[in-house]
Amino acid sequence: MANDVLVFGELRGGEIKKVVRELIAAGKVITESTGGSIDAVLMGRGSENEAEKVRKLGLRKIAVLSDEILDNYSTEGYAEALAGMIKEEGYGYILLGATAMGRDLGPRTAAKVDGVMFSDCVDLRVEGTSLVARRPVYSGKLLIDITPVGDHPVFVTIRPNNIAPAGEGADSSDVVQRPSGVTREMIRAIATEIVPLSGGRPDVSEADVIVSGGRAMKDAANFKLLGDLADLFGGAVGASRAAVDAGFAEQPLQVGQTGKVVNPKLYIACGISGAIQHLAGMRTSKVIVAINKDPNAPIFEKAHYGIVGDLFEIVPILTEEIKKLLN
Amino acid sequence: MKIIVLLKRVPDTEAKILINQEGTGIREDGVKFIINTYDEYGIEEGIKLKEKIGGDSKVTVVCLGPEESTEVIRTALAMGADDAVHICDPALKAPSPFTTAAVLAKAIGEEGFDIIFCGKQGIDDDTAQVQSGLAEMLDIPQVNIAGSFELSEDASKAVVGRRIEGGTEMIETSLPVIVSCDKGLNEPRYASLPGIMKAKKKEIRTRTLADLGFDEAPGAGASRILKWLTLPKGGECRMVEAEEVSDAVKELARLLREEAKII
Repeated sequence: MANDVLVFGELRGGEIKKVVRELIAAGKVITESTGGSIDAVLMGRGSENEAEKVRKLGLRKIAVLSDEILDNYSTEGYAEALAGMIKEEGYGYILLGATAMGRDLGPRTAAKVDGVMFSDCVDLRVEGTSLVARRPVYSGKLLIDITPVGDHPVFVTIRPNNIAPAGEGADSSDVVQRPSGVTREMIRAIATEIVPLSGGRPDVSEADVIVSGGRAMKDAANFKLLGDLADLFGGAVGASRAAVDAGFAEQPLQVGQTGKVVNPKLYIACGISGAIQHLAGMRTSKVIVAINKDPNAPIFEKAHYGIVGDLFEIVPILTEEIKKLLN
Repeated sequence: MKIIVLLKRVPDTEAKILINQEGTGIREDGVKFIINTYDEYGIEEGIKLKEKIGGDSKVTVVCLGPEESTEVIRTALAMGADDAVHICDPALKAPSPFTTAAVLAKAIGEEGFDIIFCGKQGIDDDTAQVQSGLAEMLDIPQVNIAGSFELSEDASKAVVGRRIEGGTEMIETSLPVIVSCDKGLNEPRYASLPGIMKAKKKEIRTRTLADLGFDEAPGAGASRILKWLTLPKGGECRMVEAEEVSDAVKELARLLREEAKII
């Protein structure tokens, strides 16, 4: 049925991602208006076990594609398997996380099935019978509401941490095994290995708490101060473009228009003045704390809490205070 | 080796982006336009690869965009690209990502290619869809968000470090392939003065939809923007102050726990 929703149950390292529950909640926004059902698909190693984690979330069925060929992510293999399911079952809406995997897989599959796609959405609603997706453009400097034209499968990637995750109910969904239809010959590019980020902290795009540093950090070694604070929360360390360009931090930590757009519960900006490109990347953080020597720094216009002073004095005290509160 | 680099003209990252009076897009007056930031890494990688392989290798820039895009195309040529294809047609004023991909696929198919570099996304519409749509339409593999790129000795395959959450996925791919580039892949060179002089003589081949054999813009993945919105206004910043810094910090920690309920 063209009203039915398919949720891509992304796994990494054999574990299902948190965003999948959020996608199921987004799917319910659609099916409540259209009367369709929601299915999920899990691929590769661990999918059978992990299917259990979404069984009570009100899905009609969960398709498990546990072929060995899908153990390592490949765009071609995953897109082939996903497109096969869409063609066979006629899904009208396909929801994926706006993650590295979702943003890679979504458009490739959409192009395969003559779909339309909306990237990195922060909200979904249905007006009449049309889906309306809200998404940031110009790296979060503006938003647009966008709707599909014509009768095509609609792909949506949804930014993690934006929609309240689906709650558990009593009903358990059926778990069905499905062959993927993917062969080795179809795959020309495949992941052979994953090299973890140094530091062992979560990625800024996934962390609930981010402690970020700017040019005022003065050198790379000083980022340890931020790491000590971030570690209290199991959080991530971030950096402004100025800090990355000065060589104080690695590029994958950069938050902002030419770095990552982040959406944590708590963002602590240390010695970051708040250039327009940086604000674009972190302004949707739920609570923003700014620590800066300059009381006129633009970061204070976007922050919820501000403290004027030397970060090298403030951050260690804050770390101690928070440690006390957490114990 | 035939290297294609995709290029897009976008507003400068420092530009303040405002909605136009009709509410149908952004105000372009007073906005400086630049090469899409991520495309610069694609240009650099293309030129570096050509320099490494030598022989009759060639870097061709392909840009779909308005007439004014000539300026950014010249910049890419001044950096060291050999020639360019500029697809410019009034019917491509605001193409959907897959329309762009379909038109690019036709143009690139006519040019011939071994490898395509581009930015990981446009910093204007931020869809990050064109390269994957293009890969599907050209039936080649894709590697998105590259932080490293290494071509094999015999130039038959490449190992690309693709950035994912918390790490790098090492992808082994056959050629031809499309690789979308992230910041940090390389350090884009500046256009030198001799480069700028040379660029004036390099060829830019302008193509309309009709030149590429289309009767009208391919209508793939059509959508309609209902509304442009400004961001919700943030709240007032609460400045935490005290005689002693340590007292201010204690107060901040208390507020985060009791008021913001975040700790």
